[in-house]
Amino acid sequence: MAVKAGTMKKILGRVKRYTPLLIISILLAAVYSVLALYIPILAGKAIDCIVGPGNVDLKTAMTFLVQIGVIAGISAFAQWIMTVINNRITYNVVRDLRSDAFAKIELLPLSYLDSRPAGEIVNRVIADADQVADGLLLGFTQLFTGIVTIIGTLIFMLTINVKIALLVIILTPLSLLTAKFIAGRTYSMFKQQSETRAEQTSFTDEMISNLKVVQAYSHVEAAEAQFEDINERLEKCSLKATFFSSLTNPSTRFINNIIYAAVGVTGAFTLISGNAGAFTVGMLSSFLSYANQYTKPFNEISGVITELQNALACAARLFDLIEEAPRTPDKENAYVLSDPKGHVTFEDVKFSYVEGQKLIEDFTLDVRPGSRIAIVGPTGCGKTTLINLIMRFYDVNSGSISVDGHDIRDVTRSSLRSSIGMVLQETWLKSGTIRENITMGNPDATEEEIIEAAKASHSYSFIRRLPKGLDTEIGEDGGNLSQGQKQLLCITRIMLCRPPMLILDEATSSIDTRTEIKIQNAFNKLMEGRTSFIVAHRLSTIREADVILVMKNGNIIEKGNHEELLKQQGFYYELYNSQFAVSN
Amino acid sequence: MKKLFSYLSSYKKESVLGPLFKLLEAGFDLLVPIVMARIIDVGIKNSDSTYIMKMCGVLLLLAAVGFGCSITAQYFAAKASAGFAKKLKQSLFHHINTLSYSEIDELGTSSLITRMTSDMNQLQSAVNLGLRLLLRSPFIVFGAMIMAFTIDVKAALIFVVAIPLLAAVVFGIMLGSIPLYKKVQQKLDKVMLRTRENLTGVRVIRAFGKEEAEKQAFSEENEALVSFQKFAGKISALMNPVTYVIINLAAVLLIYVGGQKADAGLVTQGEVVALYNYMSQILVELIKLANLIITMTKAAACWNRINAVFDMKPSLEYPDTLNKSLPVTPDEAVRFENAGMTYKNASGEALTDITFTVKRGETVGVIGSTGSGKSTLVNLIPRLYDVSSGAVYVNGINVKEYPKDELRKKIGIVLQKAVLFRGSIRDNIRWGNEEATDSEIMAAVNTAQAADVVNGKQGGLDHMIEQGGKNLSGGQRQRLTIARAIVRRPEILILDDSASALDYATDAKLRRAISELEYSPTVFIVSQRTASVMNADKIIVLEDGKISAMGTHEELLKTSEVYSEIYSSQFKKEVG
Repeated sequence: MAVKAGTMKKILGRVKRYTPLLIISILLAAVYSVLALYIPILAGKAIDCIVGPGNVDLKTAMTFLVQIGVIAGISAFAQWIMTVINNRITYNVVRDLRSDAFAKIELLPLSYLDSRPAGEIVNRVIADADQVADGLLLGFTQLFTGIVTIIGTLIFMLTINVKIALLVIILTPLSLLTAKFIAGRTYSMFKQQSETRAEQTSFTDEMISNLKVVQAYSHVEAAEAQFEDINERLEKCSLKATFFSSLTNPSTRFINNIIYAAVGVTGAFTLISGNAGAFTVGMLSSFLSYANQYTKPFNEISGVITELQNALACAARLFDLIEEAPRTPDKENAYVLSDPKGHVTFEDVKFSYVEGQKLIEDFTLDVRPGSRIAIVGPTGCGKTTLINLIMRFYDVNSGSISVDGHDIRDVTRSSLRSSIGMVLQETWLKSGTIRENITMGNPDATEEEIIEAAKASHSYSFIRRLPKGLDTEIGEDGGNLSQGQKQLLCITRIMLCRPPMLILDEATSSIDTRTEIKIQNAFNKLMEGRTSFIVAHRLSTIREADVILVMKNGNIIEKGNHEELLKQQGFYYELYNSQFAVSN
Repeated sequence: MKKLFSYLSSYKKESVLGPLFKLLEAGFDLLVPIVMARIIDVGIKNSDSTYIMKMCGVLLLLAAVGFGCSITAQYFAAKASAGFAKKLKQSLFHHINTLSYSEIDELGTSSLITRMTSDMNQLQSAVNLGLRLLLRSPFIVFGAMIMAFTIDVKAALIFVVAIPLLAAVVFGIMLGSIPLYKKVQQKLDKVMLRTRENLTGVRVIRAFGKEEAEKQAFSEENEALVSFQKFAGKISALMNPVTYVIINLAAVLLIYVGGQKADAGLVTQGEVVALYNYMSQILVELIKLANLIITMTKAAACWNRINAVFDMKPSLEYPDTLNKSLPVTPDEAVRFENAGMTYKNASGEALTDITFTVKRGETVGVIGSTGSGKSTLVNLIPRLYDVSSGAVYVNGINVKEYPKDELRKKIGIVLQKAVLFRGSIRDNIRWGNEEATDSEIMAAVNTAQAADVVNGKQGGLDHMIEQGGKNLSGGQRQRLTIARAIVRRPEILILDDSASALDYATDAKLRRAISELEYSPTVFIVSQRTASVMNADKIIVLEDGKISAMGTHEELLKTSEVYSEIYSSQFKKEVG
């Protein structure tokens, strides 16, 4: 509850900057609801002018009718403007929330982003924000008009006739209670339905995604029998849930009809009892229309409250993201690296992703400018951890990493990162043209430079064959390009900006071995004179490295060049024999 | 559309009775204003309390009967819609199972699953809602008009004008705003794309220092979305106020005309009240109808998506029995004759002019770079796809002549992606051979080098595998899928790059164990590793879908440049 109140406060805080609009909206809501309520009274008065043959005061009736027309017009206009204003407030608030959330994504430490699936965060920015918009909109438009309508109806009814008004007030909660009673009873049925549905989805998923196996092993009939079993159960609980929940409407309508009859009869008896006083047939007519619509705002409000609760839950998730602590900002007067020589030193570096789980301990290494460092180890040994530290995607826990004598924490992130060219095994391209993707690191590159880089990385031949060459639009994550082609584009991107240092995650997975060797030559040229860190899979790269770092379970366990490490007869020796040696 | 009704046809009774009872209920609803008019005109005018009580009884009776009808209608509608969904799902699931991969690939698995689940659910609620309301709302609208005619013709003419006008406004605004909301959705998709890209590409974006540029781009897209939302909102916000004005103007006219008529003694005061009530009922129903139509439009889109699956005809057809007169050549296991294969919607051939023969018991290696057509080639043997030209023969008989299960029984294929299903290890391996005994299973497990996997798990063969085999490592999964293929004692065993997660030593042991199988199957080994195929009787080297060379390891080293390059890229440096 406290959480909800907190979230509500935060939302209201964001609505605050639209206070003038909000006040106008509330005023309009009041105008619209009260006027709308006044119309049945006017209609009743007009009807009272029509008593019977020869007893019709059309002239008076006319004045009431004109009033109805005018009031309906004003009320409708007020309603429209109110809705437009509410749209404006809501969509602006949600726009601000989305922008804030996105800006926060750009500032969050990678430790946060790495530990959550991208889909979950996207869901907050898109679906949750939408839900907040729906909830707010409904809240603004219906909550207030609903309350005004209820109070207004009460007052109008009480001024017409206290007795009948009390009758309506006492009977109305009955229909609300019925609705609530049914909803409570059907909850478990819906739960069962959605559980069975989930079971069916997961079964369908399993079978259809692996249809090849299902068919190759002639397992189709068995699968269908199993499906039928789930399907039958689903039919039964779906029938139950649908039927019982659809009782709500007829039941509340039934109760409303009883109220209607009660109002009609009480009204009629009041009229013929002799002491009707000022009560007239027209008033009875007004009462009947009030009785008809009196429950409506109640139902709407309970709908709004459900929707609002949902919206609050979504907003809480969104605020969690917005309020997440950002990464430590760059220091004031941080040093701006420009064209560093590439002298990288690690001093007693200690790092782990999870507190208490030791990973890199007391790691010290001096990397001379222009040397090559190969990082080897079995898959999943944490080779990317080092990349994370050098790029300062993560900060070390203690010790320091420095470039040309500057601790990287004292350097602006942008200058550090722009000095290092990075090609990861997981290719990433943004939707846009090939050119936009290639020139990410060097937006001012000339056409000649682009083509030269593309040729060097062997991507030019396929780029040329695309319908619009460099200006071909590619979809999300490279769209129709093959994994190998995507890899080539990422390499071209680095070839074009030629940064002083390199981080290469050698990718053997998607490029066939022959093309790979060709690219390797291009890489070799690029690496000349540049400090390079290479996650290496191929022996040739490893052997040519100045220093080999052997990693296992996140730790750097051996360090040295090829010959030294072989002599040690340690893990590297083992790895070398199992992975690279030919078994005859 | 016709098909849709055919799924309802086993629920004919429910589908007819549901709407019928709903109409009955609507009919009772329409009588209420008339009864109220009688109370005013007869009961109140004559101060007849017995009459009022009687009419009140009628009102309660109408309410009760209406309630009963309505509940009956809800029951029939729920029953028909749940049954409809069940039938449709079962038949869709069956249909999907008959499709071949070319069709599945065309639609995509995730899209098929969405159609099977959320589209189905939406369709089910639309059928339920449709059975109840699709007839009811128009019935009330026109019913109210007809009731008005029974009261007074001139007054009823106001209804005749007002109803089409209201309908035009409601549907006009609705239809006008649908394309606007589609645009809003498109803009939202863009915002979503940008967000997702910034999460999946966070390292690259930061490495290139593009954070500010991305923020700027997001702001613009976000702003575009919001301005469209506001515009669409403005249009659709017109619906309520405009209909409200029309209804009230109609009511004003109604009372005025009613007044004139009453003056002339043609209608009574109660009847004027009744006319006024009918007008209010119409407004309520029109709004319900508009909502219903939105639901129906969405459901129609769902139905189209589901129907698109039904419209897909399986491209593979199988004869019911094997023609006995066809010549069988038991010694020749597999023969490709000028086989070519083009995937649906692909621009070029995946395989071109493939010709080779494999003798029974031989081991064949297939090697080539990514995308050279290795998997496609072996998938043609169990006829997972059909050739687009030429032919593939198993035991001398064209694979198209075999009944479905007869061909597949001969073949054990292990696919690139190691797939296991929820259930025990035993259940999974028995997919290969339902009658396999535990000792047969264990023999297959041993051959597949998976004994340590089974023995290392609690419960051994009874160990439960989670969906997708999530609780096993890639290498463990691969070995179990190999055991599954071996347990059926296939004449032809195909390993499609299925040892990629195994280390060299285990891979070698696996190959040795397979070569020692006493029923000596013909074996196809697809691999990227030269080490896996170099001992084969015959190695097929594929390049760009064509056979670039064929022969033994030694022959190929001499004759095939491609093979030597692949070989040296993996070995040479170590040797020399």
